[in-house]
Parts: sequence; structure tokens; C-alpha cells
Amino acid sequence: MVEIDDLTKDYAARRVVDGVSFTVGDGEIAAVVGPSGSGKTTLLRMINRLIEPSSGSVRIDGKDTRAVPPHVLRRGIGYAIQGYGLFPHRTVAQNIATVPRLMGWARARIDARVDALLDLFQLPAAEFRHRMPNSLSGGQQQRVGVARALAAEPNVLLMDEPFGALDPIIRTKAQSDLLAIQRRFGTTIIVVTHDIEEAIHLGSRIAVLDAGKLVQYATPADVIARPATPLVAELIGGDRPFRLLSLGKVVDLVEAGPASGEPIRADASLRDAYAELLWTRRDVLPVIDATGTVVGRIRRDAITVRAGAPS
Amino acid sequence: MRRATSPEAPEVSAIATTARSRLPFDKLGVLIAAMAGSAAFLPFATFRVNRIVLGEGRALFAALPFGEAAFLAIAIAAGIVLAVSKTPARWRLAVSLAILVALCVAIGHASTFLTPPGDRMARVSPGSGFWLSIFAFALLAADAIVRLKLAPIVRIGILAAVALFLALLLASGTLSDLSILREYANRGDTFWREARTHLALALGSLAVAVVAGVPLGIVLHGRRGWRAPVLSVLNVIQTIPSLALFGLLIAPLAWLAANVPLAAALGISGIGAAPAMVALFAYSLLPVVANTVVGLDNVPPAADDAARGMGMTDWQRLVGVQLPLSFPVILTSIRIVLVQNIGLATVAALIGAGGLGVFVFQGIGQSAMDLVLLGAVPTVALAFVAAVVLDATVEMASTRSARRGRD
Amino acid sequence: MRPSLIVRVGVLALLVAFVTQPESFAWAFEPLTRNGQPAIYTQNSLINLTLSHLAIVAVATVCATLLAVGLAVLVTRPFGAEFLPLSRAIANLGQTFPPVAVLALAVPVLGFGTGPTLVALFLYGLLPILENALTGLTTLPPAVTEAARGVGMTGWQRLLDVELPLATPVILAGIRLSVVISVATATIGSTVAASTLGEVIIAGLLTNNVAFIAQGGLVVGIIAVLIYDALTGLEASLLQRTGQRRPA
Repeated sequence: MVEIDDLTKDYAARRVVDGVSFTVGDGEIAAVVGPSGSGKTTLLRMINRLIEPSSGSVRIDGKDTRAVPPHVLRRGIGYAIQGYGLFPHRTVAQNIATVPRLMGWARARIDARVDALLDLFQLPAAEFRHRMPNSLSGGQQQRVGVARALAAEPNVLLMDEPFGALDPIIRTKAQSDLLAIQRRFGTTIIVVTHDIEEAIHLGSRIAVLDAGKLVQYATPADVIARPATPLVAELIGGDRPFRLLSLGKVVDLVEAGPASGEPIRADASLRDAYAELLWTRRDVLPVIDATGTVVGRIRRDAITVRAGAPS
Repeated sequence: MRRATSPEAPEVSAIATTARSRLPFDKLGVLIAAMAGSAAFLPFATFRVNRIVLGEGRALFAALPFGEAAFLAIAIAAGIVLAVSKTPARWRLAVSLAILVALCVAIGHASTFLTPPGDRMARVSPGSGFWLSIFAFALLAADAIVRLKLAPIVRIGILAAVALFLALLLASGTLSDLSILREYANRGDTFWREARTHLALALGSLAVAVVAGVPLGIVLHGRRGWRAPVLSVLNVIQTIPSLALFGLLIAPLAWLAANVPLAAALGISGIGAAPAMVALFAYSLLPVVANTVVGLDNVPPAADDAARGMGMTDWQRLVGVQLPLSFPVILTSIRIVLVQNIGLATVAALIGAGGLGVFVFQGIGQSAMDLVLLGAVPTVALAFVAAVVLDATVEMASTRSARRGRD
Repeated sequence: MRPSLIVRVGVLALLVAFVTQPESFAWAFEPLTRNGQPAIYTQNSLINLTLSHLAIVAVATVCATLLAVGLAVLVTRPFGAEFLPLSRAIANLGQTFPPVAVLALAVPVLGFGTGPTLVALFLYGLLPILENALTGLTTLPPAVTEAARGVGMTGWQRLLDVELPLATPVILAGIRLSVVISVATATIGSTVAASTLGEVIIAGLLTNNVAFIAQGGLVVGIIAVLIYDALTGLEASLLQRTGQRRPA
């Protein structure tokens, strides 16, 4: 758990982060969004004390971050950044082993951990262990960067635009991979992004910063449905109904009743279901589960109601 | 080849601003105070009965009338206080320049004060205390100039003011009892002749190198295959020590002079100006050619494409777009070459080409250090002036072309 | 073996053969002599002059490297950051001092002999190394230095494990520049009675013996080019080893 309490940073006359407080529960992903210059990176860097706060405090698992020297604190917190910052003079394995080595792990344990992480990130250890970073593709470098951040099994992972340099297709895959790994380790993640789509996709909660202040901290559905300020609404953009639908699953609205034609799977998004309804000019779709058994139907009206503005 | 100074990394500059505000005193000031303070215990001037014998040091209060010595001591003490405390850079610059002026006037007075009236043999030269003080306050001035981030034209202005002051000081005769000017007085005509030779060698070889090097660079820009071999040959030449290259040219040029009547008629011979010019020219080629190639390579492809799209011929593109855009880089090479040649021309004296090096090596031969200084000090000054003026010009040229590029 | 390597080894072998057995090459230099001048310089053994020349350069360069890199490290830490802009200016403008002038100015202070040459080489040699070390240490990829702090390295660990290894190729380029200048200035050092190969050239100039001038010039020139070449190769391989250049 990460508790951020009244965190403030002043540079000379400018207040970059202004009294921000929020709590990220265990195993949650908090996505911090905001326009550039809103203080999101400064906020993130105050959590592992790469920047010392002017006032306020951060507690990780109940312990004040000021209780230990900054470099010791950072070894216990994963950190992945845009551009990845892989050490170009070290092999992939040496890069991943950085923090365990700093923490004095035994050689055998480090090797085992490195191999496990490489396999987890779909980089076959035998092939990649001894490669140099500059011989990797962007997507591979990104994965090594996250593997390095997770190497010492931290409870908390901080990420600053981790997918910013990837092209759209690799980016979506990397986001899904991250979610899968997060579920597996139960890591608490705070990710800074300028991309609201990414925030909605990754975040269990979204923190919106504007000019250093936290203007909304809520679940993606809440942020879309009830934007706290005009800026938040503007960040989400004009296609709010579709964003809401992409968060919901067909299974949420499935009901008993007859329907005909091509079925849709219960775990598909409402947005996909709606698209299918429009495209095939139908009012209802049969819904099937993973085994292909029909479990009910979904109506266009129900989806329309779901996509409407909250009353 | 000199690598372009890179812009400060943002993290370091952030540290610099915070570091500067935390301590109650200025760190460089402490260093300057230590130097200027220890200078007080070193001789301000050195007195010698004649130009060859060993000198004996004279402390500040022994080298000057009491009043003037006291004034200088107080001025330096004030300068130290100012340097140590956190004061605005503008003040630091003004005060350090004032102290440098006072030191220069004082050393002139000291030489008159210490020389027995009518004695033409006695020599007074600046002592280590004087040099250390000059160095300390020059450092303070340099630091202030760096901190002020002065515009190039202002830097040239300051340099011009300093040069004017020194010229006036020399013309006024205040310094004429100093040993280095005693040497000058004995060979005024030779001095100016060798100075002209020195400049002719440095500037002449530079001019030829630009005339030959820029077109060569243009050709290499177009023909990538020729680039590596030509540049590595020029690199190898640049690597050969000056004395060796001067020497290696003697035999072929002597042969040329002996066997080609035209060469002899042109005044080419094994020793003297010919090998010096050839060697300096050869040294100058690499920076000029390499920077021309780099400058042309760095022309934004969009600008070049646009020029092509508008129907410019190759020649129009070269003259109208590519050369103007690469001008700052080419100018940088001229700075490198000129400074380098002013230094190397000194060595040319060893093969009979003349120049200020004549005094340096004569002085070394006669163990007459004042004579060495008569050659070395103007050389250093020339190189320094060339560097400051051309650095400022390069800066102006690059901001102008950057501005042009933006519009 | 690659042809370029064969050429290098051949030149080196020729150089070693010449400085150890100069008399065997007298036939090559005889055509340059006049009036029965000696073809080979014998006042001092070439091998001794060569070794002394190289030793002076090596000592000056090693000392200059240690001090320059130390200074660069100091002014790029928060403690010394106040000195960074000034150090840049000094490294840049200091190099406008002609090396010969530094040598000449060392004589009044230190007298004649190998000493002033060594000091002049050391002082001048500092500057290119300092300039490059400053460049190397301040132009590290920002993401890498950020990551080094972010993973919890201490200041020392960052310096020794990340910053210095990555800056080494740039520093080495400065050392190469410094060595080239030192080899040249050491040659001129023989005018202030330093024991270097310049002695052969100066002797030739004084006695009008072109053969001396040519052999001295050739030996010094070849040594300079070979050292330059070796350091360039070392630099390229370091760049590749530290992953800053893609393998060809």
C-alpha cells in the first residue's frame, strides 16, 4: 500500500506539486494522468525520493519513506522509465541483476531470478542473457527495463511513461503483458502516462493532476461518467460513451431470452458487442461462454442505456 | 580535432543552482583567496644585476613606495573579501578587472622604483607573487564572465578594452623599465619584422588551406567513397609532430630548389619560409576539410529538398543554401586552424622561417629568459585574442543561422 | 591476417629495427649527406633517445590523466558543480596556449633539462583530457543516469559502475589528443636540453645535415602515427564493448 499525504514540491517561486494526497491499495494500479507540466513526473519521483518533497509524506506499507536513506529506499521500489535507461555497457542479464546485486543476493539466486524473469517476459534466457541492450528491439528493451525493475521482487513499482516510445501495436501487447504480470505478483503499481486510453486500460484507479493539484481520483468508470472538472472531461474527449462501453463486459448485461445469428462471447467488451449489433443490423445478439454454450442474449437497448450519461 | 562543447546536462545545471545557494560563501572565492593570500608571501618583483644572472626576490613593500604598496595590498584584500562572499557577478567582474589594472600599473612602477637611476644593465621582472595574483584575479574575472553569460559582442568589447588599456600602458612608458621591454627596446625593429612574419605564416597558410580545403570538402561531401581515405591521410599528417614535419619537408624542397629552376626563382628552398608554409598548410587542411564535410552533412535535408523542389541548380543550392547553413561549422575550423597555426609558427623559427619563435629559441640558447618572454608572451596573446574573437564570431554566426533556420 | 594489420606490424618492425640497428640503414640516408657528413646520428644511441622520449610522454600523460579525470569527476559532483562552467572555460581557452609557449615559459621557472619538458607536457596535456572528461561525464544519456539513481545506486556506485565506464571512450579520445601533442612537444623539448628524439633533428639543423633531420623526423613521425593509430583502435573497440556503437 502506498499512502501519499499532502505531498508538495516548490521550485523557487513555482509550486509544481500542490498538496496531493491519495492512497493506492495493495495490488492496485494507479494511473496518474494530466497535461504536460501538471507535475505527474515530479509526483512520481517524490515517491522514491529522486526528488525530495518540500512538504508532506509518503508511506509505503505503513513505513515513512524518510525512515531509510534514499538509495536503500529505491532498491526496494521498482522503477521503470521512458527510454528504459538500460545500462548500455552491460548485458541483458547484468542489467536485470542490478538491484539484486546491489542488495547482495547470492550469485545462484540472482541467476535463477534473471532466467525466470527473462522467460516470464518471453525473452528466452539462453538467447538473450548475454545480448547487449543496443542489439535489442524497442519492445525487447522495454521488457528488459520492466524485468530489471521487478528483479528484486519489490512490492511497489513506479513507471513513468513506460510504453511511450513503443509503436501502437507493440504498445497494446506490452500493456496486456504488464497486467498479466501484475496479477501474478500482486505488485502495487503507480504509472504516469499522458495517454488517457492507457490510463483507462491499465488503471484500477485514475489520478488526474492539473497544475500540480489532484482534481480527481476515482475508478476509470467514475472518471468517464462523472469527470470532476472541465479539464478531466476534455482529457477524456468526446467519445465518452464508447470509452464507458469499452470498460464493460457483455456478461454484465446478459439476460435470458431468444436471439439468432452469429453469437458473441460473454467476455467481449460492450463496445465490441455494440459494434457487432450495428454492423449486422440486429437488435439482439446471442451470448456464448468460453465453451461455446449459449448462456443468454444481449439487447442493444440495454447497451444504449449503459452508455448514456448517469442520471 | 576539437569536439564542439556540448550543452550542459540539465541535471548538472540543476545541481549547480542548488549547490550555489546552500553555502554562506563562494567556493571559487576561497580558492582565489588562498592563491592571492599566498601570493603575499612570494616576491612581487625580481631584481637582477644583469640579464643573465640569477635574480633576487623583492616583496611587495620592498618593491614599491610604501603608499602605493599599501594601496595595492588594501585593494587586493578588498578583492579577496568580495571574492569569498556571495556577490553579484557584475561586481566581481568590475573589481577583478580593476585589481588587474592596478597590478599592471604597480609592476611598472616597481620596475622604475627598483632600478637604480641610469642603470641600463639591471633587470626587474615580475615575481611569482605578481604572477600568482594576476592568475587569481584573472580567474575571478573569467568566472564572472562565464557566470554572466555575456553576449559574444560584449566579450569582444571587454577584450578590446583590455587591449586598448595595455596599449596605452605600453605607450605611456609606465612599463618600459620592465625587463621584457628592455629586451624589446634593444630590438624594436626586429620584433615587428618577426611579428609580421609570424602573422604572415599563420594567416597565409590558413588562407591557402581555406581556398583549397573548402572545395575539397565539397567534393568529399558528394563522394562518400573518397572520404575515408582522404581524411585518414590528413589525419596522419596532423599527427606528425611539427618539428618532424618541418624537418621532413626540408629534403624534398631542397631537391626541388636544386632541380627545378622555377621553384628556385620563386624563392623556394630547403629551409626557411617554404617548408614552414607547406607544413602549416598541411596541418590546416584536416580541420577545414573535415568541418566542411560535417557542415554540409548537417544541412537539414528538408532545406536541401525544398531548394531542389524550387528548381535550384546544384550550384545555386550549394552557394545559396548549403554553404550558408554550414558556415558556422566551417568558421569553427578556421578558429581551430588559426589558433593552432599561431602556436606552430613559433616552431618554424627552428628551420629558419622567422617569426616570434626566433626570440624564444634565441633566448633559450642564451639563457636569457626575458628574451624568451619577448617571443612567448606575444604569441600567447595572439592565440588568445584569435580564440576569443573567433569563438564570439562563431557564436554569433550560429545563432544567426539558427534564427534564419527557424523563420 | 588483414592487410592493414600487416602494414602496421611491418612499420613497427621497421621502426624497431631502425632504432636498435641504425647503422644497418646508413645506405638509405647517405644520399642526403654532403661533404662526407655522417649519415647516422651517433652522439646518443637512438634507442635510448626513443625510450626516454616515450617515457617522458608516458609519465606526463599518466599524471595528466589522473589529475584531469579527478578534476572532472570533482566538478561534475554536486559539491564541485560551482566550478563546472569555469573548468570548461579554462579547458577550452587554456588550449589556445601554444604548447611551445608553455614549454618556453616553464624554463624560467624550472631551468633546463627533462624536468621542464615533463612539467610542460603534463600541464598542457591536462587540458584536452579535462575537456573530454567533462564532455563525457556531462553528456551521459539522461535515461541511463536517471535509471542508475532510480535503482538505488549510491553516488560512488553510479560513478564507478555507470558514469566512468560510459565516459571512458570520450576520455580516451582526449588522452589520444593529449599524447599526440605531447609527442610533438617533447620533440621540441630537446631545445631545452630534454633527452628526446628532437635532439637528432636539432643536431641536423645545427650542422646542416639533412640525413639527421630526416631520420629524426621519420622516427618521431612514425612513433606518433603508430600511437595515434593504436589509441584510435582501442577507442573503437571500447565503444563497441560498452555498447555505445552497434557491432559492425
